[in-house]
Amino acid sequence: MLEPRDAADLAEIVADAAAGGRKLELRGGSTHAEFGAPREAELVSLAGLTGVVDYDPAELVLTVRAGTPLAEVQALVASEGQMLAFEPWGDAGATIGGTVAAGVAGSRRVTAGSARDHLLGLTAVSGRGEVFVAGAKVVKNVTGYDLPKLMAGSWGRLGAMTELTLKVLPRPREVVTMAARGLAPAAAHAAMACALGSRADVSAAAALPDGTVLLRVAGFVPSVAARCAVLPELLAGHCALEAMAEDEAAPLWWRAMTGEALHGAVRWDVHLPPRHAAELIGALPEGADWAMDWGGGRLWIGTDHEDEAVRESAALLGGEARLVLAPKAMRARVLAFHPRARGVLALEARVRRAFDPKDVFATGRFAEDAHADAV
Amino acid sequence: MTIAMPVPDAETLAKRERIARALRAIVPGAKGSGGGVIDAPEALRPWESDGLTAYRQPPLMVVLPETTAQVSAVLKWCHSEGVKVVPRGAGTSLSGGALPLADAVLLGLGKFKRVLEIDYEDRVAVVQPGVTNLAITQAVEGRGFYYAPDPSSQIACTIGGNVAENSGGVHCLKYGLTTNNVLGVEIVMMDGEIVRLGGRHLDPGGLDLLGVVVGSEGLLGVVTEVTVRILPKPETARAVLVGFPDAEQAGACVAQVIAEGIIPAGMEMMDRPAIHAAEAFVQVGYPLDVGALLIVEVDGPAAECDFLIGEIARIADANGAVTSRVSENEAERMAFWAGRKAAFPAVGRISPDYLCMDGTIPRRRLPDVLRRMDELSAEYGLRVANVFHAGDGNLHPLILYDANVPGELDKAEAFGADILRLCVAVGGVLTGEHGVGIEKRDLMPEMFSEADLKQQQRVKCAFDPELLLNPGKVFPVLHRCAELGRMHVHHGALPHPELPRF
Repeated sequence: MLEPRDAADLAEIVADAAAGGRKLELRGGSTHAEFGAPREAELVSLAGLTGVVDYDPAELVLTVRAGTPLAEVQALVASEGQMLAFEPWGDAGATIGGTVAAGVAGSRRVTAGSARDHLLGLTAVSGRGEVFVAGAKVVKNVTGYDLPKLMAGSWGRLGAMTELTLKVLPRPREVVTMAARGLAPAAAHAAMACALGSRADVSAAAALPDGTVLLRVAGFVPSVAARCAVLPELLAGHCALEAMAEDEAAPLWWRAMTGEALHGAVRWDVHLPPRHAAELIGALPEGADWAMDWGGGRLWIGTDHEDEAVRESAALLGGEARLVLAPKAMRARVLAFHPRARGVLALEARVRRAFDPKDVFATGRFAEDAHADAV
Repeated sequence: MTIAMPVPDAETLAKRERIARALRAIVPGAKGSGGGVIDAPEALRPWESDGLTAYRQPPLMVVLPETTAQVSAVLKWCHSEGVKVVPRGAGTSLSGGALPLADAVLLGLGKFKRVLEIDYEDRVAVVQPGVTNLAITQAVEGRGFYYAPDPSSQIACTIGGNVAENSGGVHCLKYGLTTNNVLGVEIVMMDGEIVRLGGRHLDPGGLDLLGVVVGSEGLLGVVTEVTVRILPKPETARAVLVGFPDAEQAGACVAQVIAEGIIPAGMEMMDRPAIHAAEAFVQVGYPLDVGALLIVEVDGPAAECDFLIGEIARIADANGAVTSRVSENEAERMAFWAGRKAAFPAVGRISPDYLCMDGTIPRRRLPDVLRRMDELSAEYGLRVANVFHAGDGNLHPLILYDANVPGELDKAEAFGADILRLCVAVGGVLTGEHGVGIEKRDLMPEMFSEADLKQQQRVKCAFDPELLLNPGKVFPVLHRCAELGRMHVHHGALPHPELPRF
């Protein structure tokens, strides 16, 4: 594993690989290494690029090196009463750079936006082996193309971020979970849609197969009290709501947010218009397990079937399915990302080559990159 | 008038009539509509400028398609003939993003006016690009929803233009810019290909092409459909109007409000010249004996607003506020805003002309920036009034000048450029929400290195390799795509003298 000490080091490594026609795979904490097809590539670890570059809480901006552990970043902002509002999560060892590159976002994503919405600026090394800067270190900026959007969720296909500037926001003073029980998927979705569309300012909404629906109410104490008081009335036509203790709610939220602990050796991450979530659940094969987040906009599906039936159902409902966990043979056969339309794929290939003309980062992890010339 | 545009292509100018015939065949226009192609010289006059009115240039012709198929056919034909195209929404850009070129077809999307679908359950609206920003809110407010980004031109500007410019507004600290509120678009690329990016669900897999199209200033594609998120309208809103002896104290108040965990729906600052101009214009009772005025608005449940207004008043007191008024009703809240919203026309009353700048700075540098701006004002002999989105550090200095005085526009532009350089020097940016367009084009190297700009331009090449779409905007130097694609073995290559610069 190559371990560059800084961006200049990394630029040299990438330029060498480009000149020599070699492949590189970028790694943060290697917590998502099982995502995508099995492949052979030299590994480059960014875990050595650590540390906070600048953090002024009143500016709502944090600049940090890519290899800094996510947990450290979260502890730092928490110590100032702030948070990363996209609620990133990961296994021990996950880095901030890897988390953003993987586009990880938690339950609050439905109202607060995703990693893409909070990455303000970056320094990176492109597949050309060149250091470049994009975006900025202030919360409001439209100068030049929004390349940070492209880099967030790009899975290291364009370049290696070495430094990230993130928007941070105040952490709510009070968080209460209001819960309902015994709701079938369609009723659960209807209740969540009603809550998210109401003035009660619900910041997250999730549902589980046992019929539990979770609504998160967060903010200043008097506001949370007022909104929790009005929610049961607003949802009276859907369900009975009551406050759930934090120690009971936390593991349920975790399950809905991460899809962890679902049955089955195969796990799909389905993103779809929320109104179709219940229909997708109805179409699941026997024995499949699920968890619903983002008010129904995200469905984690656990199954033992190694076919693509879930992906086909998602596509029919205007959504898409990402294969996040599967035996090696299935990962070699089935694309990790949902297949894109031909024109989109061709455009994506051209944009990727704009950063990585020699396919240094096209390791075969995403098979569409290996066939870029065919589209 | 220091900003030069590319030299018009003589070959294109010579085949003007043939271009008009071909485009008229594609876009004949409905009977009685006056036709889909405008090419009579006198009829081009209304199209010669956008919101950056110091720059005027009649286009080669205007084409006003009504369907995506027509947009595609127009672009495809122009692509095959090597004819440049400038897309235009409502033409309210303050940076010259829609400034026509003498040798380019101006592609107006004004006929795409339909709201196609509203889905209250999933909280999205699908609209055509010519729908105005405010019309989206009007279409959904009956059910208690609204579209959050609210640029000050919202009664006129269209959602297609908002996507191109990544428009913000006074509420964007809390609710985000256009990019945070758009889920999907249909775009037509310069070669006529129609592509759908994003959709009606969150976080599609693959590269976030939608993310780079938003804010691309019409250089990557022409937007023909937009899917936006709509939000439940807050139950109530309240505002507090606070005066401070100087901007430094007002800035300290803003920092403390945020440090204490409050993200107001809007937080606006005005300096003394802006306060006086606004009060003289609308007479809403702004205090005239203060150095800086803050309008802080909170929205949400009544219980939250009451609580936060109390907190903000407490913080303002602690930071030396000399006047403080809380809105007790909707009329009073609107009055607080009336002066701020009229600040630009108000300045227009005290000066024949003004330039509106748009830099963002780290808020902690505000006192330094204002001090330096005063010095520059004295050096240039031009007055400046400041309005400021204080929450996010987005400054709008208004430079007062008289275009009838020879050389004064040039002086105002030089002053403006110095202000933007200052913004970058203190860690900020050239534009917070108005876009680069032509206005800030030549300042891009202040903020980005040659390598940074080339990387951005390579993305342009992935969408429009012949550089036919909205040329002359955003990038100070046009590199040919073939040149950008090459990989140099050595670093720090010499600049290329053969490249067109404008």
